[in-house]
Amino acid sequence: MSHSNRERGILRYDWWSRVNHWLIAFSFVMLVLSGLAIFHPYFWSFTGLFGGPIPTRIIHPFIGVFMAFFFLIMAVRFFKVSLIKRYDIQWVKQIGDVLSNRDERLPPVGKNNAGQKMVYWLMVTSVPLLLISGIVIWQPYFAPAMPRLWLRVAAVVHAYAAFAAIITLIIHIYSAIWVKGSIRAMVQGRVSKAWAKHHHNLWYEEEMEKQRRVEDAAKREETAGQQRQQTP
Amino acid sequence: MRGDQINLQNIIARSASMAPSPQERSGGVEKVAKLIDVSKCIGCKACQVACSEWNDLRDDVGECYGVYTNPMDLSPNTFQLMRFNEYEDEQGNLEWLIRKDNCMHCAEPGCLKACPAPGAIVQYANGIVDFNEEHCIGCGYCVAGCPFNIPRISKKDAKAYKCTLCSDRVYHGLEPACAKTCPTGAIMFGTKEDMLEQGAMRTDYLKDRGYKNAGIYDPAGVGGTHVIYVLQHADKPEIYNNLPSDPRISPLTEAWKGVTKPLMSAVIGLSALAGFFHYAIKGPKEEPEDDPDPEKADADRALDEKSPTQALQDADEEGRE
Repeated sequence: MSHSNRERGILRYDWWSRVNHWLIAFSFVMLVLSGLAIFHPYFWSFTGLFGGPIPTRIIHPFIGVFMAFFFLIMAVRFFKVSLIKRYDIQWVKQIGDVLSNRDERLPPVGKNNAGQKMVYWLMVTSVPLLLISGIVIWQPYFAPAMPRLWLRVAAVVHAYAAFAAIITLIIHIYSAIWVKGSIRAMVQGRVSKAWAKHHHNLWYEEEMEKQRRVEDAAKREETAGQQRQQTP
Repeated sequence: MRGDQINLQNIIARSASMAPSPQERSGGVEKVAKLIDVSKCIGCKACQVACSEWNDLRDDVGECYGVYTNPMDLSPNTFQLMRFNEYEDEQGNLEWLIRKDNCMHCAEPGCLKACPAPGAIVQYANGIVDFNEEHCIGCGYCVAGCPFNIPRISKKDAKAYKCTLCSDRVYHGLEPACAKTCPTGAIMFGTKEDMLEQGAMRTDYLKDRGYKNAGIYDPAGVGGTHVIYVLQHADKPEIYNNLPSDPRISPLTEAWKGVTKPLMSAVIGLSALAGFFHYAIKGPKEEPEDDPDPEKADADRALDEKSPTQALQDADEEGRE
């Protein structure tokens, strides 16, 4: 197995991207569990995970603020690679091929494919909505000062945005399980060249070009050093 | 009064609960109502005192704002309040309208609809809507859900409080404390049927006395209420300190807590299931080196060994072919 290793793999996510991602991921899962518990009685038993109903209500908004903070950092850092490109539209048109694993028919894409970019933009939309509406209905700090109309609007916005975010999350998690190698990429940081070429060809070529330039520079440096040694 | 059952009456609606409470022993339970006849009220506030007495409530001594209303608003320690209002009619006559403001005990309670805590809000077979603070989590959703702006969240214990219609007294065959103490008979208590009859009698009387628009306030938008008013000007309830003319559960609350709630929950469950079945039908996208075609897998393994220069050259050649 040569999938990815420290010598030959390509670094896809540096250590801070990984830590940042998992801080968001863990807090997001806690938010989903505690939020669903308060959303519908189907999920009421999730309150047990947080030490009971009242601790669930108390802790949920604090986790939310924590997550929103780290999400902001990640949203800024991942902005450039999430911009929609022409090949993304073609990729979306061929979503049938994507879902049926006919990868050889897909257009080459950059560091992120259109699906990953959609996750980014959906989260970039829903997290601020969740944060703002969440603050409006936050007991006992902000809600007592809010007009009742705001409370009602915020409660609806919070529920709908959370729904969108949870569906996005489920698709995101499933994709990670479905596309082998991506969980390793986010945990350990590296992917194999073959993986990069297969899933993100444009990004792969970019990375190779970068590495080649580094290697060339090193070679030139080496030969220059040898010449210096030869001339006394 | 701790635990799941606040008292022994049948519970016909229970917040955030999918299964009904025991319903068998419903014999002889009739809907009750408190009738507040604003035209008979003299503003003595005996009802406020009786309420505090019976419910062990002691609100802070506040300040005087130059009006008789005191305290100025409902609170976790003020379940009911006389709201004094100086109203000038079209002819320039002054009327002193005093409305006893408290929970209306809606037949379709917005607080109960909004509440996410199982059993924190219940509705008894006799129509009384009661908060069980034991189960309250302090989220404040009842405040958003109520069309009358009644529930108040305590700063002491972060739980919601409001008028109980003395559910404990009523269960034992007594009238609410406010009705018991009222010196003019402006507050009456009985079955809803009887109270509507009494209200109709008073309305007729007021009409004879020249209040053309006298009427009963029993708003249909919330399915009727178990606290009803006789108003001298039933056509303009808003002059009684903003009594809403057509209260109903806000469409926003419906959009939040109506069919969307189970629907969204179901979609969330189904989407996770859809993922599983996609995996079962289509399978994963294997790592290239694990490609089922051994030739492809070998090529990919070889690629991982190449230097970047070599890999790029090979890619170029592939492109030329």
